[in-house]
Amino acid sequence: MSLPPAPSSTRSTSAQPGSAPATSAGLAPLIVTHNLELFYGKTRALKGISMGIQERLVTAFIGPSGCGKSTLLRCFNRMNDLIDHVRITGQCHIGGEEIYGRDVDVIELRKRVGMVFQKSNPFPKSIYENVAYGLRLHGTRDRKTLDEVVERSLRGAALWDEVKDRLHQSALGLSGGQQQRLCIARAIAIRPEIILMDEPASALDPIATTKIEELILDLKKEFTIVIVTHNMQQATRISDQTAFFYLGELIEYDATVKIFTNPAKKQTEDYVTGRFG
Amino acid sequence: MIAEKLIFAISLTAIAMVFLIFLFVGREALPIFAGNISSAANQESQPIPVAEMDRLSPEQLRSYLNLTQTEFKEMDRETLQALMEVRVDAAKEDSTDRDALVNTVAWRYLIRPYQWTDYDKPVYVWQPVSKIHKYNIIPLVVGSLKTTLVALLFAVPVSLGAAIYVSQLARPTVKEWIKPAVEMLSAVPSVVLGAFAAIVLASALQSLFGLQYRLNAGLAGLALGISSIPIIFSIAEDALTSVPRSFTQGALALGASRWSAAWQIVVPAAIPGLFAAVVLGFGRCIGETMVVLIASGNAAALSASLLEPTRTITATIAAELGETVVGGHHYRMLFVLGTLLFVVTFLTNVVGDVVMHRLKNRLEGRS
Repeated sequence: MSLPPAPSSTRSTSAQPGSAPATSAGLAPLIVTHNLELFYGKTRALKGISMGIQERLVTAFIGPSGCGKSTLLRCFNRMNDLIDHVRITGQCHIGGEEIYGRDVDVIELRKRVGMVFQKSNPFPKSIYENVAYGLRLHGTRDRKTLDEVVERSLRGAALWDEVKDRLHQSALGLSGGQQQRLCIARAIAIRPEIILMDEPASALDPIATTKIEELILDLKKEFTIVIVTHNMQQATRISDQTAFFYLGELIEYDATVKIFTNPAKKQTEDYVTGRFG
Repeated sequence: MIAEKLIFAISLTAIAMVFLIFLFVGREALPIFAGNISSAANQESQPIPVAEMDRLSPEQLRSYLNLTQTEFKEMDRETLQALMEVRVDAAKEDSTDRDALVNTVAWRYLIRPYQWTDYDKPVYVWQPVSKIHKYNIIPLVVGSLKTTLVALLFAVPVSLGAAIYVSQLARPTVKEWIKPAVEMLSAVPSVVLGAFAAIVLASALQSLFGLQYRLNAGLAGLALGISSIPIIFSIAEDALTSVPRSFTQGALALGASRWSAAWQIVVPAAIPGLFAAVVLGFGRCIGETMVVLIASGNAAALSASLLEPTRTITATIAAELGETVVGGHHYRMLFVLGTLLFVVTFLTNVVGDVVMHRLKNRLEGRS
């Protein structure tokens, strides 16, 4: 597999992306970053992030506010492109392909890398149309296929039983937790490889949060999940790997159990034990 | 607390003003609505034959001829006789014209065609001049609707397109230029815009399309459209901008292009606001006076053609009000037109508001 160098890269790298240092499992990781840096104007928001994220695992990004974890997450589907004055250097490969390459189709990338936002954002359309939107966008017109995928996605998001009788009512009539699961259904409808979740349960009550967490554990069988969370218990409950960020740097990245029970770095320990943050 | 009361009072003033204006306009028009006024010639005042001149006292003669004391004193017998003959002749003429006996401000003559003397077919005609004032409002209503239609057909796509572009697609630097520029258009006085249309635009269009009439309904509509672009644009732009960014982000994250996200997600979500923008644009167009007064050609002729001169309700009021006798039937007719205009815009706004709330409720799943 050929790896075109990132056009915006300002640093020459000696390490191959496939052998990124901060990988704990043995398999080749699905997402690999090498020396990834991101600038908002002159501010360096991400500092030399090199890590590999394994397929079909839940990887949690933790750290205090402003540590860059959401920014890094948004690098993976190039949502940062939408912000003015953002400059990215270094490498970021998904499935072996440099996503910041010159001829990368961002639309194709976002088909492969889905996203669920902090605040649920169903479109002001019917429940059915919300789930079908991505499919229609990518050219599916066949009614039967749409029906099937909508049902499968809603079942996949554990929402089918609650909404099957009102598929054609507005999605904005759903509760907050249901809306968030609808957004997950919408994301999985186009069968991405990776689902990025940016604090998906932070605006939800404990019961809705539990449902989302159960759902994430279930989705892990089919999708690679990267989740940003402020909730340390949530990270321990659902994630396999945890990365701790502080002030734009990746401080520690290891198996979740290790991060929370026996972290290597003092900063990590201080954070997970609640001494700061 | 005082400040709050003050603001409350001011807001009430606005409502009170609307009511007062409507009351004023309605009161002036009321005699016509109630049928208490007639433009028909007074049949009771039969002319007095010249031979009977000597049977009248000087005072009776003076009042019969509508003369002042000084005028009466200065006239000799022959002049008075001549004046009496004029009255007799005028009465003869009146009686031969059956139209003189028609009350032209009755509803039947305001809205239905009528075959006047010397016309070869029934016509809709607004002609409040000469002896018989013809007050058919249909040519004016059609004129107003025609120009408004052209204006909206031109302004709505342009304004909505610009609003979508500026709020969804344009880079911030481009947006910073276009938005104030379009809004600056509303700072152009309508009389200047009208003059521009009547002089520059009219000549350009005439030489471009070889039009028979320089000033016509299409031209007036176009100028009207230009004048209503800022209002439609800024309301539409606000509506589109207030659609949560998270909708766009959600669509983009699913692999939508910026254009698809704007067209398929943001525009449908902003439909109530876009609808309001069009309704307000309609109100502005139908109520705008100066542009149409200057650029429409001002011929109150009923025609379906957009390339012929026309006259709107507003232009008629503006052009004729200064020439009427206060309290006369012509004066009152202009207030009938004013009332009509008021009712149309009021109803448009009410219906617009209801539709807008329905759309909003449906979007938010509360229907």
